[in-house]
Amino acid sequence: MQEKPLLSLRGLRKSFDTQEALNGLDLDVYKGEFLTLLGPSGCGKTTTLRIIAGLETPTEGKVYLEGEDITDLAPEKREVNTVFQNYALFPHMNVEKNIAYGLRMRKLDRKTIKQKVNEMLHLVQLEGYEKRMPSQLSGGQRQRVAIARSAVLEPKILLLDEPLGALDLQLRRQMQLELKRMQKQLGITFIYITHDQEEALNMSDRIALMRDGRFVQLASPYELYENPVSAFAASFIGETNLIEGTVSEINGDELLLDIGGKTVRANNKDWVQQGQKLCLCVRAERLRYRRQDPGHNCLHGKLVATHYTGSDRTSILELNTGQTVISRHTTEQEEKVNQGETVCVWWDIDKATVVIDDRDNAL
Amino acid sequence: MNEKNDKKQLLAVPMGLWAAAFVGLSLLYIIGLSLLTKGEGFSYSPPITLDNYLRLREKQYISSLLLSLRLAFYTTAISALVGYPFAYFISKASPKRRVWLLVMLIAPFWTNALIRIYGWKILFYANGPINTLLKSLGIIEKPLKLLYTEGAVLVGMVYGMLPFFVLPVYSSVERIDWSMVEASRDLGASPLKAFITVTIPMTSAGVMAGLVLTFIPSVGLFFISDLLGGSNTMLWGNLIQNELLKSHDMPFAAALSVVLLAMTAIVLFIYRRQGGEAESMVY
Repeated sequence: MQEKPLLSLRGLRKSFDTQEALNGLDLDVYKGEFLTLLGPSGCGKTTTLRIIAGLETPTEGKVYLEGEDITDLAPEKREVNTVFQNYALFPHMNVEKNIAYGLRMRKLDRKTIKQKVNEMLHLVQLEGYEKRMPSQLSGGQRQRVAIARSAVLEPKILLLDEPLGALDLQLRRQMQLELKRMQKQLGITFIYITHDQEEALNMSDRIALMRDGRFVQLASPYELYENPVSAFAASFIGETNLIEGTVSEINGDELLLDIGGKTVRANNKDWVQQGQKLCLCVRAERLRYRRQDPGHNCLHGKLVATHYTGSDRTSILELNTGQTVISRHTTEQEEKVNQGETVCVWWDIDKATVVIDDRDNAL
Repeated sequence: MNEKNDKKQLLAVPMGLWAAAFVGLSLLYIIGLSLLTKGEGFSYSPPITLDNYLRLREKQYISSLLLSLRLAFYTTAISALVGYPFAYFISKASPKRRVWLLVMLIAPFWTNALIRIYGWKILFYANGPINTLLKSLGIIEKPLKLLYTEGAVLVGMVYGMLPFFVLPVYSSVERIDWSMVEASRDLGASPLKAFITVTIPMTSAGVMAGLVLTFIPSVGLFFISDLLGGSNTMLWGNLIQNELLKSHDMPFAAALSVVLLAMTAIVLFIYRRQGGEAESMVY
């Protein structure tokens, strides 16, 4: 992406009383992008969004929209709109009036407003609901009105704060696809907040993983899954085994790790140092086990339990180091292993990544 | 299921009897009384007549009615203009300050209203604190006539009624979901526009309640106008009081009361119609 960023955050800090909510954020968002802020609750996602919307002033740092400093601009003067977590529909206005609200504030003429509202109703598939009050709508319908109300203003960026949080699982999945469709159709840049990793992976072009007011990793869903930068990033997305080990040897592109007396090989990373304690990240579906020793890259352990879930089987294994790991595999062509039996746990070297162990240094 | 409901309804019987005895019967008594004729002293007797109502066409009663309505209207309007910002301010204050502000609002109720109005009377005297202060500041030379004016009555009434407007509005402002106001700003409304198009409509139930709670008692108040207005401000309440205590004309006093009740009923009827809508506005 060589183009100029649409939105830039530079050195953003925010403290509430003595509490640090944001600890220096830098971010560039590009036109047409679907960027997700992902993280556990309290990581600063919503604060970041509110600062972009102008509903909160940063303690330090700047916000630029198309190169222009908008840090101190009032929310009503920003070409950025928000879909609130609780939708915040105006209870005393019907669907049509809710959607028309922003257009009326811009003092557009009635005909234009009517036409734009109708186009929007069509896009969110709520034709015929114009005169309904928000209290007469289902959760999913309110959600659509909230999106329509913001999107009708054709903002440069649409900010969405956990918009699917209040919906049930089935509706969430459906709305995920629909949101993605709307984003393509409208061509608006979306900054989306969620704490649901699956949602983030499904929808985003890029994901900014947050923790304690900082970005842990900013990458595409593929990158984030395949190359997590730290144990936190690895464990937040997907089902992950983090096997603790110590670097015993570095050989160019290859590392030797000492894991409870056993040596395994792993791909090197430029930050790795001799003697360093780190984690080897192996996704559950990439961890295998069998009775016979494959000869290399294998750890010994025993099978504790297996759970059959139809297409998959999840196995819980205890390594000789005492650590518990999880293996998920398809039920086809599996080798029958009994509970309590000793097994070899192994994986493909290229499917495992070494990461910094940052699990304990939460603020 | 019906049986259960029937049993539950039994619980309402004492309340129903109470209402029938102390509201229904007294109401019938007053309406019946208003159709009778005054006798010696406090006594009254048939024939049944509409004379008491026909008397109301006389000029003094019409002008008293208009004066009562006008003062009640001003009282309500001023209470709303002063009370809304006050209620807003209280609900926006920090929890600790909020308690103090509410205590200050409610504390006067611990003293008898009559005594508090006497306090205002002293303030308004020709050589009272207000005139003394204005004179010592050189703003006026001769004392202003404050007591026994419509203005004095109005001040007393606003003073007395303000809490009844502030409290319901305060409770509705306090319940506002501020994300609605943020949403309106986000959608392009200036702070003032957001206040007019979102904050006020969302508190309309409280405002309506406040208006009714202020207006209805204001129409019937008599002791404030008696103490601060003297014989210059004959409100409807004063008429009833005079007919009863001075002329001893129970039937005519009853007729005046029926008119007051009718006015109250009309206001409540309008409120119910508006209030129904106002309630549906809050979810």
